[in-house]
Parts: sequence; C-alpha cells; structure tokens
Amino acid sequence: MTSIAESVSPESNVAGAGENVVSLADVRFAWNAGSAIVIDIHRLDISRGERVFVRGPSGSGKSTLLSLLGGMVTPQNGMVRVLGQNLAALGGVGRDRFRADHIGFIFQMFNLIPYLSVVENVVLPCGFSQRREKRAAKEAGSVEAEALRLLTHLDMAAPDILERRVTDLSVGQQQRVAAARALIGAPELVIADEPTSALDADRRLAFIKLLFQECEREQATLAFVSHDAGLAPLFDRAIELTAMKRTNSADKPEPESR
Amino acid sequence: MIYSLAVKSLRNRKFSAALTVLSISLSVMLLLGVERIRSESRESFTATISGTDLVVGARSSPVHLLLYSVFRIGNPTNNVRWDSYRAIADRPEVAWTIPLSLGDSHRGYRVVGTDHNYFEHFRFARSRALDFAQGREFEEEHDTVLGSEVARKLGYRIGDDIVIAHGAGQVSFMLHEELPFRVAGILAPTGTPVDRTVHVPLEGLDAVHAEVSSEGIHDPLMAALRGAPETETEHPGEEHEDVHGHEHYGASEGDEGGHTISAFLIGLKSRAAALGMQRFVNQYAGEPMTAILPGATLQEVWEIVGAAEKTLFAVSALVVVVGLAGMLVALLTSLSERRREMAILRSVGARPMHVFSLILGEAAFLTGLGVAIGVAGLYAGLLIGQSWIEARLGLFITIGWPSAYELQLMCVVAVAGVLIGLIPAWRIYRYSLADGMTVRI
Ligand SMILES: Nc1ncnc2c1ncn2[C@@H]1O[C@H](COP(=O)(O)OP(=O)(O)OP(=O)(O)O)[C@@H](O)[C@H]1O
Ligand SMILES: [Mg+2]
Repeated sequence: MTSIAESVSPESNVAGAGENVVSLADVRFAWNAGSAIVIDIHRLDISRGERVFVRGPSGSGKSTLLSLLGGMVTPQNGMVRVLGQNLAALGGVGRDRFRADHIGFIFQMFNLIPYLSVVENVVLPCGFSQRREKRAAKEAGSVEAEALRLLTHLDMAAPDILERRVTDLSVGQQQRVAAARALIGAPELVIADEPTSALDADRRLAFIKLLFQECEREQATLAFVSHDAGLAPLFDRAIELTAMKRTNSADKPEPESR
Repeated sequence: MIYSLAVKSLRNRKFSAALTVLSISLSVMLLLGVERIRSESRESFTATISGTDLVVGARSSPVHLLLYSVFRIGNPTNNVRWDSYRAIADRPEVAWTIPLSLGDSHRGYRVVGTDHNYFEHFRFARSRALDFAQGREFEEEHDTVLGSEVARKLGYRIGDDIVIAHGAGQVSFMLHEELPFRVAGILAPTGTPVDRTVHVPLEGLDAVHAEVSSEGIHDPLMAALRGAPETETEHPGEEHEDVHGHEHYGASEGDEGGHTISAFLIGLKSRAAALGMQRFVNQYAGEPMTAILPGATLQEVWEIVGAAEKTLFAVSALVVVVGLAGMLVALLTSLSERRREMAILRSVGARPMHVFSLILGEAAFLTGLGVAIGVAGLYAGLLIGQSWIEARLGLFITIGWPSAYELQLMCVVAVAGVLIGLIPAWRIYRYSLADGMTVRI
C-alpha cells in the first residue's frame, strides 16, 4: 500500500509544483447502497506531471475509480481531492464545472460526437469551460487554431482528414482526435480509460508516445487505465487494482509502486 | 453551446425529425381543420337564419321544416294553403313575410318560388341584405333571379333562358320546356344556400305547374320519356313522391286564393312577440301548421349532429395522439445511441440538466414546429380549398385569425408534446447520473 505523505493545502484550487494532483484518503465506494464495495483505497496520491498506469482485471473497478476522480460519483466514505479540491464539497453543479475546467477524458471507444466535425469535437470542452477556452485561445489565438495545432501534433491535420465525418475515421484516428480534445485548454489532469484497447500493437505504442508528448508539453498529469500489463513499463508508476471481495478489509487493493 | 449542439444533433437526424414534424403538423391540421369547419358551419347556419324570427310550414318536425325551408336540405312533405299564409301574414305583429314554394329544380339547383319580399327582407350574415351582382329582381311572371353560384357554374348571363324541372336532384325528368324563364338578375355571393338557388316568382311557378297538369303528365315514366333523354330516368321512384307532393298546384289551378306554398319566413315587429306568434300558428284552426323559432330549432340540429361532431373531434384528437406517439418513439429509439453522446458531453462538463434539456428542448421544438406548420398548412389548405368547400358544402369559410378555442387546442398539443418529451428526457437524465464515466453501448 502506498502511503505518500499528504501535503495538500485544502484551500488551494490549483496545485502548485510538487503538490498532489490527485489524493485519495480512505475512499470506499459502492455503486448502490447495499451492493458490493467496488473501490476501497486507503491512500492514493498522484503528483503533478506524473504518468500513472492503472491496471486490474475486468470488474476490478478501474473505470469506477476514474468516475470518482472525475467527480461523476462521490464516495460513501473518505475523501477524493483533485488539485487540492475536495470534490464532495463542490456539489453536483460544482463538480461538473470543475471537471470541465480541469480534467480531460479519453474513452475506450465512441469518443466522438458523430454529428460534429473533427475540429468541433476537439473544441467541445471549450464550450463548457471558459477557463479552458481562454487558455486555448491564448495558446494559439483562437480555440480552432489551438485545435488544429494539437491535431497537427497528433498527425491528424491533413485537410482530407479534417473534412471527413468523424464516424468515417479509423479507430486510431478517432482516438487521436479524442486525445486532442482531452488536451485542449491544458487541463491539469488527463484521464484515459483503455484508450488503446481497440488499437493494434504498433498503433498502441505510437498513440501512447504521442499522448505522453502532449501531456508533457501541457504539463498534464495522466491517469491511464488498461488491462494490458505490457504497457506498464512505459509509465512513471503502475497501480494495481484487484477485484474486491465484499467489505473484507484484508483484501484492499494494493497499489504498487514501481 | 447546448443550443448549437441541439441544432446540429437534430440536423444529423433531419429525416426522422422531418417525419415527426410532418406527422404532428398533419394531425394538427386535421384537428384544427375539423374544428374550423365545425365552427364555420355553425356560424354560417346561424348567420343564414339570423334575420328571421319564425319559420312556418305544414305540420312536420321542426328540424325538417328548418332544413328544407332555409337550408334547402330535404323536401317538404305538405304544403300550406295560401289563405292560411295570408291570415298569418296580415297579423299586426308581423312586419314582413317571405313565401317559399319548393319542389322544382334546375340542373341540380333548387328552384324557389317567392315574391318581392324575398329580396327586400331576407337577411344573411347577421344583417346583410341581398345584393344584385347584375340585373334586377324579377318583374315578369317568367323572370328568374339566380344565386351567384348557379350563374357562375352554369355560365348564365342576363337574358338567358332556362328551363326548370319538376322534382329535385340532378336527374329530373319532367322538364317544363314550353315555359322557360328568362334571367333577370344575378345575386352577389352570400355564402348561404341562396347562392345555389334559382328564384322565380310564385305566379311563374304556378303557371308552369298549371301547364303540366293541363297536359296531363302525371305518370313519371311517361314524363321521363317525353321530357328528357333516357339517361335521366334512372331513379323514377325517388322522384315519385315529389310529383305527388306537387299535385296541389294542379288541383288548385285557377282558384286565385286556392294555391299553396311550401313554407314562409316571418319577420316580426318585435322579437318579444315570437313565442305568442308561434303559439298562434301552431293552434291555427284553418289547417295544421308548425311554426319554429329558427335559433332554437338550429340548436336541436346541433344536438343531433353533436354526437357526430364529437366523434369526429375525438378521431382527429386521436390522430394528434398518434403523431405525438410517433415523436416519442423516435426520441426513445434515438436514446440508446445518444446515451453515448451524453456520456461524452458529461465528460466535458455538461450537467445532467443540460442533457435533460437537450432532449426536452428537442421535443418542444419538434412539436412547436409541427403545430406551426400544421397551422400554416391549414391556412394554405383553406385558401386553396375555400372555393371547393363553398361549392361542395355551401360553406363559405372566412379566413381569419385563429379563434381562442383554436389557440387553446394548439397550446394543448404543444404542452402535450413537451410532456411527452419529459419521458425520454427523464430517462436520459437518469442514465447520465447512473452511468458514471463509462460510455455504455
Ligand atoms: N454505472 C454503474 N452502475 C452500477 N454498477 C456499476 C456501474 N459501473 C460499474 N459497475 C460495477 O462496478 C464494478 C466495477 O466496474 P468497472 O467498470 O469499474 O470495472 P473495470 O475495472 O473498469 O472493468 P473493465 O476492465 O471491464 O472495464 C463492476 O462489478 C460493475 O458491475
Ligand atoms: Mg472499465
């Protein structure tokens, strides 16, 4: 069990260098009252700029953990802090706004809204977060320019690709568009839930490298979920979630440090 | 943001959205159209009788009397003697009377025998008097005045000769060919049965019938063979009663006080005298007669047709329900696909409320558009169909602003659409809360 010393000031909204971007303490979560506890984590800290690999068998609660980090759900017990902010204290609307401002998501599949163009998909978060809109505009002059810049980095800016319907893009191309969307406006935390599982081995590696590059450029912290243990060595740290048995405290997940 | 997403999403599904809007607008059009025709027909029926205080005919059911005398629907079964008519017309309470003699036709249009009072006292559309588009009222025995539609449809002009036939209906067999009538005047359109009426003087009608009886044509089949081509003999039985109904003319020919009319309209000096006058007529010793207050009898007519109207309304309301149900189905089937979209939107910070209003807004928009197009379609249909309805139903539809009741109906449909939208909106709201960060397929 990792026990990183907690050094987050509760007041600060945005963590400074060296502070923990994510900090979980005694978190317990079940989807429904009375149903099995899916997440039971005594302590988990992820520091700024860290690239963390989360793995575990299917059903072990990887996606659930990401939902907790994204503030989609709140734990019954314990505290989830992101950038020093206790998410439970924000309330539903506050968490939605916080997520829009500070977190970028990449899913396994179906990342893109089918009736929006590539660029429209990328700039989508800026429609929900003024903060990210401003940051994106500052970076490249306009949100669309910033979207194009990110797409160029991800090798997705060829005119014929931009023109295409997003549903006509290959899965790998879709994932790169999703990565650009997660990164636009420089959110502090990028959460990726098995973004590479639909890609072949070569593309998988290429995608992860691109993602790392961009996260580094934007100084984003990355939480990356996959059940493919072979990817673990690429990351700064790997956390293993084990399938839970009901409320048996001896069987807490053992996040391991590499 | 959410608004532009909603628009783009809808554009993406424009085919099914267009179908939804189409079905809603058609159903709204039907609903409002049925309502419009119902209220317009009531309005026009009421307007037609508005100037008349009493209608008198031989003893019969009030509804029957009203329908044949004023609306030219059905045929009189018995006649009123001229002396009875005079006795009542000369009463001090009576301001004017209009005698009506029915039972003949000209190429499908009813012929009404009447006199000068018709043009002076008949009122339609509340208080408008009859106007001549061309010519003047009849002066000679064989003059005729045509309703506007008769002249227009049959292409008659002043000075043309027309021949009237015994019996109503398109297929008349007993033509009074030897005594044609000359068109002396053509009335301006009124939007009432007057437009479809051929008016002739009572004396002229008597003369024709006298001629018929003097020639001894009583056998319908004989008449058919003599007066008309073979094709016009199709329904001799149908016409039979009419022939007999008219034999009074023949019988009373030459007896100046003895001829008969079918019914007459009365205008009183004071409306207050109407009930007393009605009682007087109903108890008239000379012959059995029926006097009706047209407004009250029309009310009876509405009660009779009320059930049919309600059924029609219920059917068209059901069609609206089907239209809205179609929208519900379309929204619900799009939901599983959109659940993914919603997870993406949630991940970039959309609130559950955004997701909810996206669906609800779509439902509201589709219904609103459906109602708007339905109303526009109705008006377009009325504009185009106005003359057809007037020709077929004798109903002149005024194209005015929607009535308060129609607005109410539109609102009910719109509100129902929004309420229906709540169902998928609520479902996706629940999903978006329960799904967490996972995009479910
Ligand atoms: N939205 C939900 N509502 C109720 N239960 C859920 C929900 N999402 C997940 N669960 C349950 O929580 C447990 C963990 O699921 P989760 O999706 O976090 O696993 P996972 O590690 O991501 O699995 P996989 O590798 O298959 O994606 C499972 O038992 C699942 O049934
Ligand atoms: Mg998962």
